[in-house]
Amino acid sequence: MAELVFLVAALIILVGAVGVVASRNPVHAALFLVQTLVGVAVLFVLNDAHFLAAVQVVVYAGAIVILFLFVIMLLGVDKAEELRIEPIFGQRPLAAVVGAALAALLGTVVIGGADVLTGLRRAGGDRALDGDTTDIERLGRVLFSEYAFAVEITAALLTVAVVGAVVLTRRASHSDGSTPVDA
Amino acid sequence: MSGTFVLAADPMLAGDIGGVEVLLTLVKVVVAFAFLMVAVMLMIWFERKLIGGMHQRFGPTIAGPFGILQTLADGIKLFFKEDLVPDRSDRFVFKLAPYLSLIPAFLAFAIVPLGGDFNNGGEVEWWGRTTYLQVADPPVGILLFLAMSSVAVYGVMLAGWSSGSKYPLLGSVRASAQMVSYEAALGLAVASIVLVTGTLSTHDMVVAQAAEGYLGIIPRWNVIVTGLVPFIVFMIAGTAELNRPPFDLVEAEQELVGGFHTEYSSIRFALFFLAEFMNTITMSAIIVTLFFGGPAGPVLVSEVGGVGVAWAWGLVWFFAKLFVFLFCFVWMRATLPRFRYDQLMDLGWKALIPVALGWFLFLTALEVGRDQGWNEAAVTVVSLLVFAAAGAMLMRAVRSGRRARDREAAQADEPADPVGGKV
Repeated sequence: MAELVFLVAALIILVGAVGVVASRNPVHAALFLVQTLVGVAVLFVLNDAHFLAAVQVVVYAGAIVILFLFVIMLLGVDKAEELRIEPIFGQRPLAAVVGAALAALLGTVVIGGADVLTGLRRAGGDRALDGDTTDIERLGRVLFSEYAFAVEITAALLTVAVVGAVVLTRRASHSDGSTPVDA
Repeated sequence: MSGTFVLAADPMLAGDIGGVEVLLTLVKVVVAFAFLMVAVMLMIWFERKLIGGMHQRFGPTIAGPFGILQTLADGIKLFFKEDLVPDRSDRFVFKLAPYLSLIPAFLAFAIVPLGGDFNNGGEVEWWGRTTYLQVADPPVGILLFLAMSSVAVYGVMLAGWSSGSKYPLLGSVRASAQMVSYEAALGLAVASIVLVTGTLSTHDMVVAQAAEGYLGIIPRWNVIVTGLVPFIVFMIAGTAELNRPPFDLVEAEQELVGGFHTEYSSIRFALFFLAEFMNTITMSAIIVTLFFGGPAGPVLVSEVGGVGVAWAWGLVWFFAKLFVFLFCFVWMRATLPRFRYDQLMDLGWKALIPVALGWFLFLTALEVGRDQGWNEAAVTVVSLLVFAAAGAMLMRAVRSGRRARDREAAQADEPADPVGGKV
């Protein structure tokens, strides 16, 4: 049962991943990305990480890709791209080199097992879930005790990012004398 | 791969899964689906009839007694209409979009507890299996509802985009901006419920609400436990999430022809229509589950002819409560005029989200105070003072932002917009 679910989910993820790279239309690429994200959510459920699965769908599929789509539609690049022109000189050969390096890295991990690179046998170690607590309880406890500082810092960082974005857009509107566009 | 593979908290699925369990689950799915279909049919008729009454006209009268078969007639007509795919559309996405609207609408309904005797835990025993009267009770529970409402945005957004036409695109951008904005308020209202009940599972939420109430007569419903504010926020945000009046700018006929589904015809249009009404029913059901105790209620007659019918009272209470909210949605449609787009965004971002967040923090403070044994009155007073200070700061920020905008508009030699300078 679990193997079957894994196979189907893996197929969904891989088809989606190839689709993201291969489709010429940015909107189609974004949709393939959603497919991959949902497939990963299925894998999370398979590993009893229900909360992560839900967050994956709510945050990534529900918010981030929607934002991608907004940007694609607002910029009007939602038509198939002309791919013969290379935007930055030397970009394609470089991409090939980096791609080969990444493939070599992944190949090493797949062949040698996860401990080849990090020395760890598996992630989590003693924090693996026991039967009594659900993953969301564990996650909540860890986030708001051990990593409370990291959570606060992340929140502050996000706030700074939002404030920064607002400040930047308002400066831009001053310089050309036009009114800022707000939704 | 872990061997346990927990699918749901439903006791039926905890042990070995054999033929009977699979069959029972299938029966539940089919019954829930059939219920939703029939409910949509009746809901459309009910809405037209009720709005007709509120407008002092008859509504549908021809098909069947009281026009009750009108929806069936409309459905058959839509099936046999010509199916058009616009020339400039993105054909695959155009055909995919209606399903992306419909399927989340149905999946979200799966987590709603429909019946059962919640004075005794809400379990029923059928064919020797103990189970719940709901299609699924996943460990993430109510988060599934939020996930599905965020997936439903795709249906609307892609329908508008793939039509390859101006008005549908405008309608869909409006709709998805609206749905994404109000999802935040919706989530914060749900967070308050999760805080007071201490669980994500919808079944456990109903169990918590079925507990002993106050003064012997007031039930322990979350609408009372959380102090009404999350309910109001959820109700408003839910209506906006459904794109129902007064938040139906998505299909503002005067501006956008028909909104995101302008180019749709025939069965694909019917699917959008179906999804819209399914969402209304699901939203009402979720409101009943979260705030009004779902199927929890007294058992008046526990046996009929030696057969235990205690579980059926859950169904009765659930449908009675559901009906009230369906009526409210129709009532709002008949009564309230449509919002303007800037009013909609102001209400979502500057009123609902801060209020929902503030109230959530207030409930958290009360909870922490109870844990630490602080004086409840002192916690309340301090919280309210902080609440007021934060509110004043927010109002000030909004006012100064508006002033800065007006000043810039004046500098740019444009007449300042009398309604606040927004589109």
